[in-house]
Amino acid sequence: MARATASDSETPQTPAPKGPGSVAYWLVQRVIQQRELTVVLVTLFVIIYFGIANSAFYTTANIITVCQYLASFAVIGFGEVLILSLGEIDLSAGAVYLSSPWFMYLFWTSGMPIGWAIVAAMVCCAGVGMINGLITVWLNVSSLIVTLAVNYALFGIVLIESNDIQVNMPGQTGRFSIIFGVGAWSTILWATAMMLAIWALLKRTRFGLHVTATGGNLLAAAESGIRVRRVKVWCFIIISCASGLIGILDAIRIGSINPGSSGLDTVLPGIVAAVVGGTALTGGRGTIIGAALGAIFLGVLEDGFNLIGVNANWFYLAEGVMILVAMVANTQLGAVARRFRR
Amino acid sequence: MTEAESPLVEASPTPDATLAASDVVLKTVGLTKRFGAVVALRGIDMQLGRGEVLGLVGDNGAGKSTLVKILCGFHPPDTGKIYVEGKEVSFRSVADARGFGIETVYQDLALVPQLTVAQNLFLNREITMFGKVGWLSAGKMRQLAKNYLEDIKVEIPDIDAEAESLSGGQRQAIAVARATRQNAKILLLDEPLAAMGARESALIVDLVKDLSRNRGVSMIVIDHNFTHLFELCDRLNVIQRGRIALDQQVKDTSVEELTKFMVSEYRRELAAGQELLEQ
Repeated sequence: MARATASDSETPQTPAPKGPGSVAYWLVQRVIQQRELTVVLVTLFVIIYFGIANSAFYTTANIITVCQYLASFAVIGFGEVLILSLGEIDLSAGAVYLSSPWFMYLFWTSGMPIGWAIVAAMVCCAGVGMINGLITVWLNVSSLIVTLAVNYALFGIVLIESNDIQVNMPGQTGRFSIIFGVGAWSTILWATAMMLAIWALLKRTRFGLHVTATGGNLLAAAESGIRVRRVKVWCFIIISCASGLIGILDAIRIGSINPGSSGLDTVLPGIVAAVVGGTALTGGRGTIIGAALGAIFLGVLEDGFNLIGVNANWFYLAEGVMILVAMVANTQLGAVARRFRR
Repeated sequence: MTEAESPLVEASPTPDATLAASDVVLKTVGLTKRFGAVVALRGIDMQLGRGEVLGLVGDNGAGKSTLVKILCGFHPPDTGKIYVEGKEVSFRSVADARGFGIETVYQDLALVPQLTVAQNLFLNREITMFGKVGWLSAGKMRQLAKNYLEDIKVEIPDIDAEAESLSGGQRQAIAVARATRQNAKILLLDEPLAAMGARESALIVDLVKDLSRNRGVSMIVIDHNFTHLFELCDRLNVIQRGRIALDQQVKDTSVEELTKFMVSEYRRELAAGQELLEQ
C-alpha cells in the first residue's frame, strides 16, 4: 500500500534549515513565530524612549506608580483573554471593578467582618458574571450588548445605593491593609498571581483547551461533546471575580470610593491590553503573556506622557495614535509570522 | 440489474448474498421517514459488512442525507428498525449513535483550526492528571497521537502544527483518525474527497482502504462524484425516491453503467411528471 507522506500535501512545507546560518535562521524563525513579538517590541520601545526622555522614569517610586496604575487593566485584560478566546466580549468588567468595593462596603456597614465582606462581594461579582453568561448563552443575545447593558445597570445600582456620595473604604490599617492593596507592591503581586492562575487555566488545563476549542470552532467543540454553554458561563464568572477582586484591592489602596464613573474607562484599556498583546477578537486565540505586556505598554505610555509633560489636551490623541501604531505593527508582523509558520 | 427491470420495483433489491450474518455490522429494515407531506424514505433495507465501504448515490432529495441523518442519530425514523452487530438499537441523539460506534466525519467542521494536531485528536477525550483539576498530560497525548497516526500510516510533518496550517486532505485524515481512535466502528463520510487534488485524494483513499481492510472499520460514503465513489467503495447503493433502487458491487459495475441507470431513471421520472401534468 502506498504510504501517505508529507510530500502528498499540496501546501509547501517550511523548508528545513540548511547549510551555514541555519542556526540564525532557526532563531529568527522561532522569534517571529511568537505571537507576542510585536507587543514586546513596542513595549521595549516605549520603555527605552521614556527612560531616555526623563531620568525619573527608572526610579522605584515611578515603577511603583506604573505598577499600581496598570494592575487593574492587566487583570481585566487577563479575563478578557479568556472571554475573547471564546469569541465573546465582556464590557461589564469595568463596572464590576467599580461596584465590587461598594458591595463590600455595604456588607461591611451591615456588620460583617471585613474578610467576609470581601467574600460576600466576590459572590455578588460571580453572580453578575453568571447573569452575563446565562443571558448570552440561553437567550442568545450578543455578549457585547448584554454586558454593555449590565455595565450601565451596575453603574445605576451603585448611584442609587450611594446617592452619589463618596465614602471611605474600611481596612486601611495593619497587616491586612498591606496585603490587600495598601502595600506598594500589593496590587501588582495580586495581578501577577492572577496572571499565573489564568495562564495555567487557559494553557495547561482541559478547561482552557475547551475554551479555545469553543471559540475556535463552536460546532466542532459542541459535536465533540464539550458543554460549550457551561464553558462560556464559567468564563464570564471568572472575569467578573477577577475584576471584582482587583477593584476591591484598588479601592482599599486609594482609601475611598467614588460612585461617579461608568466603568467603560476601565474595561476598554483591559480589552486594548488583550488585543494589542495578540489575542484575536474573533476567538480561538488568546495569550495571557501578551495581555500582561499590553498592560505594561499602556501603563508605561500613560506614565511616560505624564513624566515628559505632554499637554493634557494632547494626551488622549497621543495614546490613541500609539495604540493604532501598535495594532498595525501587530497585523503586519502577524502576516510575516504566518508565512514562517507554514 | 438492467434498465428494464429497475423501474417500479416495490421490494428493495436483495442485499449482497455473500455477507454472512455475523459480518453485518449495521442493518436497517424498512426505515421510513416523512417530513410533513414530503416522504423522504419509503422503506430502506440496507446492510453494511464489517470493513466494508458502501457508497450512497442519488440525486438531491432522493433521501440519502435523510438516511445518513437517521443512522447518525440526528433524526429518529418514523418506522423501521436499525440493528448494530445484530442487536436492535434506537438512537435518541447523535451521542447515542456514537455510543454504538457510529460517527459522522465532516471535512471542515470537525477540527478546531487553532488547536494542534494532537490537541484535535484528543478533543474532549484529553488525558489529564490530578483528577478534577484537569491538568493536561500534553506530552503523553503528543506521543499517543504520534503513535496512532503512525499506526494508521498518516504522516503529518509536525504533530504540533495547528490544524489551520494543514492541507484539506491532512485535515480530513485527522478527522477520520480522531473518530477511529475514539473507537468508531462505522464512519459516515460526507464527500470525503470534495475539493481535493489527486495527491490529496490519494492520502484519503489510502487511509480509507487501510482502515477498512486492516482494522475492520466500516464506512458509508456519500458523494455525487462517481469517480470518487469507485475509488473508495466496495459496494454502491443507488437511492431513488426514498428507496434503494440498485445494490451493486463496485467490481461488477462501471461508471458508465451506473450513469446509464441513473439517467434512465431520471428520464422515466420526467416522463411520469409530464403525464401527470397532461392529465
